[in-house]
Amino acid sequence: MFRHGSRFLARATTMTWRRPFATDLQAEYVADSNFAEAWKKVVPNVDPPKTPSAFMAPRPATPSSIPSKLTVNFVLPYTSELSGKEVDMVIIPATTGQMGVLPGHVATIAELKPGILSVHEGNDVNKYFVSGGFAFVHANSFADIIAIEAVPLDRIDPNLVQKGLTDFTQKLNTASTDVEKAEAQIGVDVHSALNAALTG
Amino acid sequence: MAMAALRREGRRFATPLISPNPANVFRSSLIPSEEPVLSGVRCISTQVVRNRMKSVKNIQKITKAMKMVAASKLRAIQTRAENSRGLWQPFTALLGDTPSIDVKKNVIVTISADKGLCGGINSTSVKISRAMHKLNSGPDKENKYVILGEKAKAQLVRDSKKDIELVMTELQKNPLNYTQVSVMADDILKNVEFDALRIVYNKFQSVVSFLPTVSTVLSPEVVEREAESGGKLGDLDLYEIEGAETKAEVLQNLTEFQFSCMMYNAVLENATSEQGARMSAMDSSSRNAGDMLDRLTLTYNRTRQASITTELIEIISGASALEG
Repeated sequence: MFRHGSRFLARATTMTWRRPFATDLQAEYVADSNFAEAWKKVVPNVDPPKTPSAFMAPRPATPSSIPSKLTVNFVLPYTSELSGKEVDMVIIPATTGQMGVLPGHVATIAELKPGILSVHEGNDVNKYFVSGGFAFVHANSFADIIAIEAVPLDRIDPNLVQKGLTDFTQKLNTASTDVEKAEAQIGVDVHSALNAALTG
Repeated sequence: MAMAALRREGRRFATPLISPNPANVFRSSLIPSEEPVLSGVRCISTQVVRNRMKSVKNIQKITKAMKMVAASKLRAIQTRAENSRGLWQPFTALLGDTPSIDVKKNVIVTISADKGLCGGINSTSVKISRAMHKLNSGPDKENKYVILGEKAKAQLVRDSKKDIELVMTELQKNPLNYTQVSVMADDILKNVEFDALRIVYNKFQSVVSFLPTVSTVLSPEVVEREAESGGKLGDLDLYEIEGAETKAEVLQNLTEFQFSCMMYNAVLENATSEQGARMSAMDSSSRNAGDMLDRLTLTYNRTRQASITTELIEIISGASALEG
């Protein structure tokens, strides 16, 4: 009876998309039936392998009216910082500039640069410093933000940022090869973004 | 007593039929040494049995220790694998799940373990990879393997040596982290030409079960082609793209990032499955060793008792012969 209990538990903890109410239709991710058929033809004695969509809760279809909240997934390699959280607005540090995302935002794919990601929920504002990644805004008011590294802003030491900034500026001036120059440039960029985030 | 003998006989006949564990190797070699004991001949068989007991005990100690090690490694890596499960989902939501896509250059990335003694996970991923190869083969199509881990290499080198493009081993020397995996993914992307990468790995489900899984990562050109032709990725054209100057550039970055994220999760899942499988394999082999030890102890004690009895009878009958 509880044989599959662990699986459901694991699912419940890792994939907590909020399911929509029964009135709106779900856009089911149909497992690729062509694949299963082709597989059965070629290798009839082995079960077809699973594909990622089998492990994922389906996303709801685009509702006809704009929902009042934005569903945000903010993931890092080592944790899911926010998963399926409903918020009012997020401000994303896209390479083209800060991008505010409200419910009903047009579907967008944006690259991120080092900067502040802020999550607005009522009167609460959570600010993270992200190192870069991607953000997808879907038409159904889902926003997926993928970053390599993110830290809440209050955990950053301003003194170390200043020190790092001067270090890397110095390195940039003394760099001789292209590789060193590029590395120092990245260091300067990140630290000046951090500095701007802390002071501004 | 008779029941025990019967059971032993029955087991001996059943041994060739049911041999799910390596411990049977020892059992079958043991049977000849039992024979003289049963016929009541006094010989050095107690010594043989004692030696066998010692070696079985040592094997049991080793498998127990391996189980402990696997259990502690499993706990550490399982949380990390579970935490990394959020990472690939946005990509699948955006770019879809396209295992049946028909492209020219397929690259199968087989993920396996470096070490054996972990049940069937390595042979499962090899089997699935071979099947993927067969599935996607055809005229003017190319299939290549990229292999991670020693065990899949050993199996695939035998029959498809010419298709192996790249082999990477000793992935788990240091604890897995994203940086390491992304460097590795970068290596694969640089050295291998592909239209579709198919990552074959075992997804961890529980300590005793794992699911062979195939994740597909398409090259930026294929993504663009599919999006324009309105196939599976038709929705992608509706997205506004912000970032670099051209769409192709963003797609390039996106697919590379997707590959590294998929790989990170796949490598972690496979490592977790490996530890889980090793734990259960070692658990069952220490249990088997325990069973065998029990049987051996019984044999040993019975032989000892038999020889004592025989000696007593000899003494008593000798004494009574003298008296009479």
